[in-house]
Amino acid sequence: MVKSGTLILHTAARILMPLQLLFSVFLLLRGHDEPGGGFIAGLVAAGAFTLYLFAFGVSATRDVLRMVDPRDLIGMGLLLGMISVFPAWFVDQPFLTAQWWEVPGIDFKASTPLIFDIGVYLAVLGSVLAMVMTLMEVDKDEP
Amino acid sequence: MQLAVLSGFVLAAFAPLLHRWFGGRTSLVLAVFPAALALWFLGQVPAVMDGEVLTLALEWVPSLGMSLTFVIDGLSLLFALLITVIGTFVLIYAGGYLKGHPDLVRFHIVILAFMVSMLGLVLADGLLTMFVFWELTSITSYLLIGFNHADLEARKSARQGLFVTVAGGLALMAGLVMLGIAGGSWSLSELNAMGDVLREHDLYAPLLICLLLGAFTKSAQFPFHFWLPNAMAAPTPVSAYLHSATMVKAGIYLLARLHPGLGGTEMWIGILSVVGALTMFTGAFLAIRHTNIKKLLAYSTVMALGTLTMLLGIGTEGALIAFATFLLAHSLYKGALFMVAGILDHETGTKDVTAMGGLRPLMPVTALVALIAALSLAGVPPLFGFIAKELMFESVLEAGRFRALILLLAFSAAFLTIAVAAIVGLRPFFGERRQTPRVAHEAPASMLIGPAVLAILSLLLGLTPMLAGTGLLTAAASAVIGEPVQVSLSLWHGINLPLLMSLASLGLGYALFRRWDLVRGRLARLDPLMARGPEAGYEAFMHGVTVVSDWQTRILQNGYMRNYIMVMVLTLIGLVGNSLLLRHAPAIAFHVDVRFHEVVVVGMLVMGALFATVTRSRLSAVVSVGIMGFSIALTFILFSAPDLGITQLLVETLTVILLVLVLFRLPRFASLSTPVERIRDIIVAGSAGVLITLLVLTAWGIDQFVPISGYMIDNSVPLAHGRNIVNVILVDYRALDTLGEIFVLALAAIGVIAMLKLRAGDKAAKKATPEKEPYDG
Repeated sequence: MVKSGTLILHTAARILMPLQLLFSVFLLLRGHDEPGGGFIAGLVAAGAFTLYLFAFGVSATRDVLRMVDPRDLIGMGLLLGMISVFPAWFVDQPFLTAQWWEVPGIDFKASTPLIFDIGVYLAVLGSVLAMVMTLMEVDKDEP
Repeated sequence: MQLAVLSGFVLAAFAPLLHRWFGGRTSLVLAVFPAALALWFLGQVPAVMDGEVLTLALEWVPSLGMSLTFVIDGLSLLFALLITVIGTFVLIYAGGYLKGHPDLVRFHIVILAFMVSMLGLVLADGLLTMFVFWELTSITSYLLIGFNHADLEARKSARQGLFVTVAGGLALMAGLVMLGIAGGSWSLSELNAMGDVLREHDLYAPLLICLLLGAFTKSAQFPFHFWLPNAMAAPTPVSAYLHSATMVKAGIYLLARLHPGLGGTEMWIGILSVVGALTMFTGAFLAIRHTNIKKLLAYSTVMALGTLTMLLGIGTEGALIAFATFLLAHSLYKGALFMVAGILDHETGTKDVTAMGGLRPLMPVTALVALIAALSLAGVPPLFGFIAKELMFESVLEAGRFRALILLLAFSAAFLTIAVAAIVGLRPFFGERRQTPRVAHEAPASMLIGPAVLAILSLLLGLTPMLAGTGLLTAAASAVIGEPVQVSLSLWHGINLPLLMSLASLGLGYALFRRWDLVRGRLARLDPLMARGPEAGYEAFMHGVTVVSDWQTRILQNGYMRNYIMVMVLTLIGLVGNSLLLRHAPAIAFHVDVRFHEVVVVGMLVMGALFATVTRSRLSAVVSVGIMGFSIALTFILFSAPDLGITQLLVETLTVILLVLVLFRLPRFASLSTPVERIRDIIVAGSAGVLITLLVLTAWGIDQFVPISGYMIDNSVPLAHGRNIVNVILVDYRALDTLGEIFVLALAAIGVIAMLKLRAGDKAAKKATPEKEPYDG
């Protein structure tokens, strides 16, 4: 049912998708201090891909995603979420206690909350994309 | 040590890799693990014999009072040695028995996991830790009974074993919690050191009944004995290991472990000795009805488990010494006999004893091993089983209560067991040669070493009883009794009543063996009666569960979305309404101070909601629900919650997209509800709305707790290095919740994929018959 869109939609999607993705990464990274964060950023990124989906269809979107299946993104996200649980254990603190590390040279602090947030981002992105793409693919199969 | 034991789980995970490296010899490699542990435990024997109790403390979840502390005293050391020694031989044996089996890897993984769980169960000092291991043994047992998962019977038996033991496990958990509350401690060793505190506690009766339910189901006591013979659907190494030597003794272990703290009361003595004696007789009696060698052995295991329970029930010093002796003797000969049964099945291709005969010249070693083990089972001197049986008779004679009943049951069980021993140990090997489905020949060495060693031990310990008596059994019996005792075993007790009973039972048993075919024919008439036994009760119960769940599914979960929503909303009204209206007086405390733009936003919300209910077009319903969503987002932003606002906006956008995708797949809009139903729906929805409004307004005026938002605001920057408190809550303060949420989200996505793709798969399945996927273990 979702036919490829009009010229305007095509052009808009092509330009907007990278911008939206960039914006989502921006939201993700600044989330700890300003409005944003993994959940919101994941939704924005999912929105970007969904726009592309509507404009060009499932197979084109799969090409854009290359080798990455949305389902793998879910797994990656959950894995990162779990990974961020453990570092506290090594310094003898309860699980999930946030750990902060200074990265020398640049003004950037690596931390387990950041890893966790990236996990949330990927899980949200993967879940939404998986749902939307599955719905669209099933449509395609229908006569 | 804890880590050494638990490393077995890691080893189990690496079993597939080891298979790639070592191929068919993996069993031998894996057997190093229990063998090493067995050596370590052997090294502890001298210390434990001196009356020492080793405590290896290790905290696990201190906040819940759970520890991984292991306590090694006589009882747990005896069990640990049985588990590791027999485990070593079973692994070696399985390498031969399951040679070339495509699922050998899976077998290794599960049996290693079981071994570790069982060790944890007997070594753990914490009640809850022990319970965790207890349940792990139930689960691994389930996986092992159902090892041949393509076989319907195996699956059914596995499920039955799981249901019975796990139902008992639930009772056990309740019992353990009550035990912890009654004693005020979660450590077995502390509870046992309390003297009469537990026995005089008000909770004694309920907690004992719950614990007994757990122990009786696990150890296949009457009337829960039926799952054990069915568990023989498992491969023979599993039967030899789990269902005779180790797992089924877990219930017995628990009772023995708790004996110092709980035993000795009227209730304990009454229930345990009677149930034990009944189980003992039932097992022995049902055994001779069967011709399947594994079933014969399984029922005789039921008989042995009953004997052990009975001895714990009698509870005199002599009975507990007999308990420890019988436990060791049984594990030795029954393990050997099961492995012999596996050899016979493997080499002849049949499990039916009546189909075998005259195999001795073809498999001389097996025949010898079987003979020794069977003589020990029958309790013939000079084997270890004889000593155990003498002690058993002695303690039955000194039983305080129900002596006549127990004595009668014990004597009948004894001679029936002797017949069983003869059927298993003599019948296949002597007499005239019979044609078997496979041409029999001697088993490979890997399958002979285990039963041979166990049989030799039966003989050795029988000839030198002081070896076992002064050693481990003293320590084990002391641990069960709760104070040090001296055990001195000997073969010759003089001419006394137990010896005469032994002789009489030998004669009767042999006579029964000679007329077995005749007796079995007569007993076949009892079959209709047997069909109404406890197993029928289990079937009826399971059927009842199916009927009830069928009924409640039809009522509550009939597949109509509107029905689900109504059930949920009604539940909400019931629960919230009850506590709001009856327990708190709804108090409305608010003052009207609204701005113009707030009125506009709320107006949009209400309009959207109203329009969505009356519109007859799906698209406009989606749009009006969307308007509601965006209005809510606006509200968030108005009250300065930008993160929530953004999230709401994005979620709303995606929801609209998803709805639009789904919308086109729906059938044409139709009005299915009658006016009456619609009025009902309005009432339900209206009361839910009114109730929630009341709830919010009431909650506004209640200030029961100090809000934690102050703490979060104060510590956001110094502790969590973030100025956006919403995000700090999500990824730091409440990270565990978020972790749970992304898992839920992932599950939802998997659910969508499964629902849609499986339907698409149905269509593909109609086109081509699906091939059964080969299992790649």
